[in-house]
Amino acid sequence: MISVQKADFDMAQLYGALREESANAGGIACFTGLVREFYEPEDKGREPAVKSLFLEHYPGMTEKALADIVAEAEGRWDVLASQVVHRVGELHAGDQIVFVGVASTHRGDAFAAAEFIMDYLKTRAPFWKKQQAGDTSEWIESRASDEQARARWEKSS
Amino acid sequence: MVKIQYFAGLRETLGAQNEELALPAEVANVEQLARHLSQSRAGEWAVLEDPSRVLIAVNQTIVERSHPLQGSEEVAFFPPMTGG
Repeated sequence: MISVQKADFDMAQLYGALREESANAGGIACFTGLVREFYEPEDKGREPAVKSLFLEHYPGMTEKALADIVAEAEGRWDVLASQVVHRVGELHAGDQIVFVGVASTHRGDAFAAAEFIMDYLKTRAPFWKKQQAGDTSEWIESRASDEQARARWEKSS
Repeated sequence: MVKIQYFAGLRETLGAQNEELALPAEVANVEQLARHLSQSRAGEWAVLEDPSRVLIAVNQTIVERSHPLQGSEEVAFFPPMTGG
């Protein structure tokens, strides 16, 4: 299941759904992403002033991009069931922002598929973060490290 | 008509959210559309020609700049994505 939603999510419920959908699974890997205070090394000494984050997305394409990413993972690994939830709208430090869960026969495939989905989601699904601190807000720049994390999954053949 | 949408920081920079545009005769692909918008509107619109700062989707799939346009697609311009 793929969901793009404003509402928070319940990890236990998502994990329960994965167990129900994968009768003979040997393992389930779950990842939850949280909103952290955007505090980069170069900001050292500055007040960690980020109070909230706004998540914009491209309705329609977002769901399609996530479905494509999950389908790619299903083609590469033994994926018995998966759950991807990404929140949009206003979020605050400490809030849950993303959930990726993968059930598989063996742990290796569950871990790899979940990490693959996260790495692709960060750079290939149309979400954009804007951080708000006090009266000012600014769009967060994409990171080369996220693109590098995605690129390592590219097949060399 | 192509339906064009702009997202996130790019939408704010350009002050444009969505529009419909009849493709000029000289525009046959995505790169030419970006150049057309950049040159006819000038100023901030020049950023559309920089592939490192602006990605382009056609019918909700990210495409290379050589991707052809027929004239009835949904085209979106947006900055590199920052989800997760």
